[in-house]
Amino acid sequence: MLLSQLIYYERSLDTPWIPPLEPPAYPNGCQVTPRMTLSDRLHQKISGAFYQHGLLCTSYPVPIIFFTAVCILACCYPLLKLPLPGTVPEEYTTAVRDYSPPPSDPQAPQRDPSDRPDWYVGPPVAYIQQVLVKAVVSPWDQSLIPVDIFRSPLAQVFQLVEEIRNHVHRDSTGSHSLEELCLQVTDLLSGLKKMQSQLPEHGCLLVSPGNFWQNERERFDSDADIIRTVHQHESKGLHTSATVKDLLFGVPGKYSGLSLYNRKRVVSYTITIALQSYHARFLSSLHSRLKQLHPSVNCSLRRDQMVHVHFKEEIGIAELIPLVTTYIILFAYIYFSTRKIDMVKSKWGLALAAVVTVLSSLLMSVGLCTLFGLTPTLNGGEIFPYLVVVIGLENVLVLTKSVVSTPVDLEVKLRIAQGLSNESWSIMKNMATELCIVLIGYFTLVPAIQEFCLFAVVGLVSDFFLQMLFFTTVLSIDIRRMELTDLNRCFPAEACLAPPKPSPLRPREAHQQQYKRLRPVTPYTITLQPSSFRNLTLPKRLRVIYFLARTRLAQRIIMAGTVIWIGILVYTDPAGLRTYLSAQVSEQSPLGKSGGLPPLSVFPVGDPESTLTVLPHPEPTPLLENQSQDQQRPPWASQRDQPPGPDNTPEISWIPPDEETWRRLSFRHWPSLFSYYNITLAKRYISILPVIPVSFYLSAQDAVEARHPQDTQRFHSHFPAFDMQAEQAPEPPGKTLSQPDFTLYKAAALGLVAGVILVLLLFCLYRVLCPRNYGQNGVSHGRRRGRGELPCDDYGYSPPISEISPLLLSGHHMDIECLAGDGMLLVSCCLARQIRVWDTQTGDCLTVIPDPGLRQSSSGVWERQERWEPEPEEEGLEAGVGGYPLRRRLLPSRPALFGDQPDLTPLIDTNFSEQPTCLGHANEGARGGFHFRGLLERAYEEHGATAPNIQGYSPSPAPCSPCRRHSQGDEPLCGPNPRPASCLPAVPGDWDSSVWALELQGSLIAAGRSSGKLELWDALEGCLHCSNEEGKSGITALVFLNNRIVAARLSGSLDFFTVDINKPMNLLQYQGTPNRGSMPPSPCYSSDDVICCQLTHSVQCAHQKPITVLRAAAGRVVTGSQDHTVRVYRLEDSCCLFTLQGHSGGITAVYIDQTMVLASGGQDGVICLWDALTGSRVSHMYGHQGDVTSLICTTSCVISSGLDDLICVLDRSTGIKLYSIQQEVGCGASLGVISESILVTGGQGCVSFWDLSYGDLLQTVYLGKSNEGQGVRQLRVLDNAAIVCDFGSELSLVYVPSVLEKLD
Amino acid sequence: MVEASKLKSLPPVQKMRGPYISVITNHKINLTIRGVVLFSIGVFLALVLNLLQVQRNVTLFPPDVIASIFSSAWWVPPCIGTASAVIGLMYPCIDRHLGEPHKFKREWSSVMRCVAVFVGINHASAKVDFANNMQLSLTLAALSIGLWWTFDRSRSGFGLGLGIAFFATLVTQLLVYKGVFQYTSPDFLYVRSWLPCIFFAGGITMGNIGRQLAMYECKVVQEKAHED
Repeated sequence: MLLSQLIYYERSLDTPWIPPLEPPAYPNGCQVTPRMTLSDRLHQKISGAFYQHGLLCTSYPVPIIFFTAVCILACCYPLLKLPLPGTVPEEYTTAVRDYSPPPSDPQAPQRDPSDRPDWYVGPPVAYIQQVLVKAVVSPWDQSLIPVDIFRSPLAQVFQLVEEIRNHVHRDSTGSHSLEELCLQVTDLLSGLKKMQSQLPEHGCLLVSPGNFWQNERERFDSDADIIRTVHQHESKGLHTSATVKDLLFGVPGKYSGLSLYNRKRVVSYTITIALQSYHARFLSSLHSRLKQLHPSVNCSLRRDQMVHVHFKEEIGIAELIPLVTTYIILFAYIYFSTRKIDMVKSKWGLALAAVVTVLSSLLMSVGLCTLFGLTPTLNGGEIFPYLVVVIGLENVLVLTKSVVSTPVDLEVKLRIAQGLSNESWSIMKNMATELCIVLIGYFTLVPAIQEFCLFAVVGLVSDFFLQMLFFTTVLSIDIRRMELTDLNRCFPAEACLAPPKPSPLRPREAHQQQYKRLRPVTPYTITLQPSSFRNLTLPKRLRVIYFLARTRLAQRIIMAGTVIWIGILVYTDPAGLRTYLSAQVSEQSPLGKSGGLPPLSVFPVGDPESTLTVLPHPEPTPLLENQSQDQQRPPWASQRDQPPGPDNTPEISWIPPDEETWRRLSFRHWPSLFSYYNITLAKRYISILPVIPVSFYLSAQDAVEARHPQDTQRFHSHFPAFDMQAEQAPEPPGKTLSQPDFTLYKAAALGLVAGVILVLLLFCLYRVLCPRNYGQNGVSHGRRRGRGELPCDDYGYSPPISEISPLLLSGHHMDIECLAGDGMLLVSCCLARQIRVWDTQTGDCLTVIPDPGLRQSSSGVWERQERWEPEPEEEGLEAGVGGYPLRRRLLPSRPALFGDQPDLTPLIDTNFSEQPTCLGHANEGARGGFHFRGLLERAYEEHGATAPNIQGYSPSPAPCSPCRRHSQGDEPLCGPNPRPASCLPAVPGDWDSSVWALELQGSLIAAGRSSGKLELWDALEGCLHCSNEEGKSGITALVFLNNRIVAARLSGSLDFFTVDINKPMNLLQYQGTPNRGSMPPSPCYSSDDVICCQLTHSVQCAHQKPITVLRAAAGRVVTGSQDHTVRVYRLEDSCCLFTLQGHSGGITAVYIDQTMVLASGGQDGVICLWDALTGSRVSHMYGHQGDVTSLICTTSCVISSGLDDLICVLDRSTGIKLYSIQQEVGCGASLGVISESILVTGGQGCVSFWDLSYGDLLQTVYLGKSNEGQGVRQLRVLDNAAIVCDFGSELSLVYVPSVLEKLD
Repeated sequence: MVEASKLKSLPPVQKMRGPYISVITNHKINLTIRGVVLFSIGVFLALVLNLLQVQRNVTLFPPDVIASIFSSAWWVPPCIGTASAVIGLMYPCIDRHLGEPHKFKREWSSVMRCVAVFVGINHASAKVDFANNMQLSLTLAALSIGLWWTFDRSRSGFGLGLGIAFFATLVTQLLVYKGVFQYTSPDFLYVRSWLPCIFFAGGITMGNIGRQLAMYECKVVQEKAHED
């Protein structure tokens, strides 16, 4: 295996890696300098290396991918050590005892490197001391009203704040007051004027609920509606940051108990003091003082730990906007890049591979940098898009383009290798440039930029590595898959590439063999790629719907957005996930019931310093609880005998979560509090000291005394039937309680609105980025002039040319008039009445009728032709035996003698089968136009010798006789009729009249002449089998189906002929040329057979006016006439089945196929669809401004062309016009469909292929080099999917480019 | 006022000859659409990039998040939008008049890359801590020229970019001199010294977008002319 591989390499060295498609850097001729410059040699070496590399990658795809994956994983391994990005604050707990602020020098004593976080350096921004107050009116009296729950407890705050403010600790070092220790704040931020009354300025940062009333008891007393005051600054929207209420209360809103529906009747709030420096003794004295004043019974809160909270730099919405913008740009970039990937098996797969390449190269770069000790300090999310943009997807795309534009018939290995080597120079150059730029950036000596550059360099290198190994291999696999699918589908275009082998067989037998070889092909199908990026050219609404439906964009985006949103919420909200988890934990532990029953401690509250040791499981026995309650019961409590019920004596309970009540707050609580004073907590930390508990038990009397006069009044007005026992009463939608519900609704509504806006935005984006009239504009890029300007894309690649070069069949001397053909043979007739038979596979001219050898005995026409003959032939011989295609491309398209001949083709209506609108019309059209006579005379004079023959040739005595009439042969020609060469002594051919209709079946040519004669010729022998001269009126159209010939005449009559074959003995039977694959096999006619043609039936007055179109299929013959009707005949018995009326103009186009689809188009521009079985009209569409010139139906749509040079594609079932294609002038009628999905149209010197379902231009094939004025007027799709079209005096045979077949 | 003078300097719309009046209307509509698209892109970029500059020190939630998006004066985004529309229309126009159609990297992905790099330059100017202003300015100048080299490479583009940079800096100087607004730490005659680089890069970027948008119209016009 390996050895063979090596041999293979050896051999492949011979194959040129200086590719046939030389890079554009070298214009023609430049690379043949004998002495190579250094860069040339370098170039060649690089190309060679890449070539080898390409071969290697294609040979061992799986090991290479495996190796790459291992590399990526290995390089990404160091990333595991990096902390996950997030903005949740980190915590670090130390003991209160022996606390001293950590030294600010980070290098200093690293005693405990294990558990001490990096940020725990230097003093904190502030020490937070919270005094947690719980107050209750106990026992509860029936006469009390809900306001009493919180009014008198809140009133206690003023006194408490005063106490704290005035607390002075005196010891040996002097006296310390709060003013000295606390964090002094200055002005609020200028944007916060409205909060000026609530937050302290110019002094200690001490906040309490009292701030609502400026710490004045009088204001509180005179405040009639406390709740409104508290909630007045509540923001209306979602609470993303801490509200003023939370800030001042220091506990979350629902724990504060500040509500009319507070069942527990306990009000809690905190007084928060921010301290500048830590003074342990002052704090302990404050603690003991408060405890002494307001003893908290049964309080077992731990006071031994202080928590340091480190805040990360938080990305706010304001910062998020630029970030999101960069990401949007990044995704747009990736989108626009990957949509350029084309002509591969799996577009999505390759796009994914490209993105994977870039992403993993980034990860690798970060991983490698981390490995070598460079820790990323930049915000990864911010620089990531820029890194991607710097690294870019360009190389990947260039590689893909290069590989897919290599010749398709090469082996996969060679294709990859050649594609790689083609692009090697530019890839290396780009990479070198980028590295240089990045290195220059490195010398800016700005740390951030240096770091970025370092990442970029490593990223670039690893990206190159991945491109070369990973992406190339994936690409090779992709291309190979494509090849495999091709192998399953034998494509017939191969036949034209294969050199024609000289075969000992007679030509016809050889042809039949070829034919047999081709026949087993299943019905020819071309399936287009699932063009996910194509722009629809359907009507707008359909386009949008298709777009949305195809991509499911809206659903996906909304889904992804929702998932991300939920994820972010869950991840970032500590109140969400964390409390849920802690609730889970506490539910699992048997003692952790937090439902209100206090797990009480036996320890009486003593000196705070002495209660540092706490039992891990305090045992809450009810007995002890009662004891302690009994002991500590205030005197007023004993007045009541009844046992303490939940309703009457609300209890203050201290539960473990109260130790760290700040945990329940939003994690933005502290940052927002400090940010009001322009102090940022980002990347800094605060230390939260143990909370000081304070309890208030207030008597009912206190509560009543504290009442505001309006309270009672309002209470009675609001709740006239208030009953305290009615616990089950439906709660009115109170402001505070129902807030969460509102939040939910708001969130849902917001999400909905956001989704709708997103969809609209995307829609707008789509509309902005997609051109509007794509189908019509699309023509423009198809119509370049000349071969030199073949459509090429931005990278300078043109589509592979080797496959699409048309085969020019030259031999006719005048414009082609009629065309007929099947998969094997092609018959053409020119204005000079010469019939030629061509082989569609090789392009050889098999037969010429009449034989050019007979010239001597024929009229002057043939003599003239004989003189023309040698020129091309000699030239062709000079060009060598390379075959016809080569030779014909070298030839001028017509003899040089007539080079100055003006192009009259637009003036001459050559298409008789399509538009035999009648003789007179044609004559009128051509009268006064150009005529050949003078030209010919001049030519003959130049040739000199045979001047007398001019008379013989020149048919018309009048000098100005129109050429058209001449070609029709209206004037009698002198001289005898030519006799066919080897033919039977039957009727000689009629050379006087022109051929108006041609049909071909098997090897029989049926020719209808203007004289009304029907002739049957043998296509391969070139002899006349029989002719029928029963009709005198010119045959305008012919149909040859099975063994019947139907001829429509100018007089409006319809003749049915039967072809009888008397086969001698040995038949060469072969499968006929089934149209659409379902026709019965037609017999093969051999020249030995005796063939006669009999008129079986003649419908004399089939139509009142000349028959314009004749079509037959599925045993039906359909005629369309100038008399506005369509008639359907049965082929067997020539019985008229229906006369279809519905057009308001003459019929100009009719279509019928095997499935009995009948369509007709008229001069009124209307297209009618009929049911050929019942004769009823199915639908009726207005398609064109003028005549409908041709019509084709597929299973889903109707394609029509008109005199307005538009091609309309209409939906067959609904009749809606899907789109239209603007054609060039005069080329409107040339139209064909290949395998239901590709539309072929002719243009000026080119043939265009369109995707039928979307209206996109797939490809344009140029027929000649500089044939500006030559339009394609007739276009036939042969059975082997070749397209034949007339091209002036030449025929052009275009095989459907195999590129199209490659698409899947 | 700047924009008005630029508008005047804009050459008149080239009239298409021939009987197809629809071509002219089509051309005008097309021009309008392009102008509107460019204007909106300019406004959007102005808002976002201004935000980058403003929020340099603001790392935490300011109370009025939404207000900070519109932190600049109301007239700034429309002015920048108009200017970008003018620039974006001017570039293809000049290309056409010089007769050298711009063919270098004409595709949307390249344009997107260009915009991303432009945003990155702004980002760098706002967020990266440089030792001194000279270094910052030099770095940004190098980046801007790199941007031109990577995505434009046309002499007309370079010249126009320089002109725009000069002109816009002059206007900013005047505005600051008149006291309309001011920079926190001016180091170059009332303004920041990196301002011309940003303007240069912005001009290149908008020109790139404008040329790409103009490509659609070119196709239409070519096609119509061909049909004539």
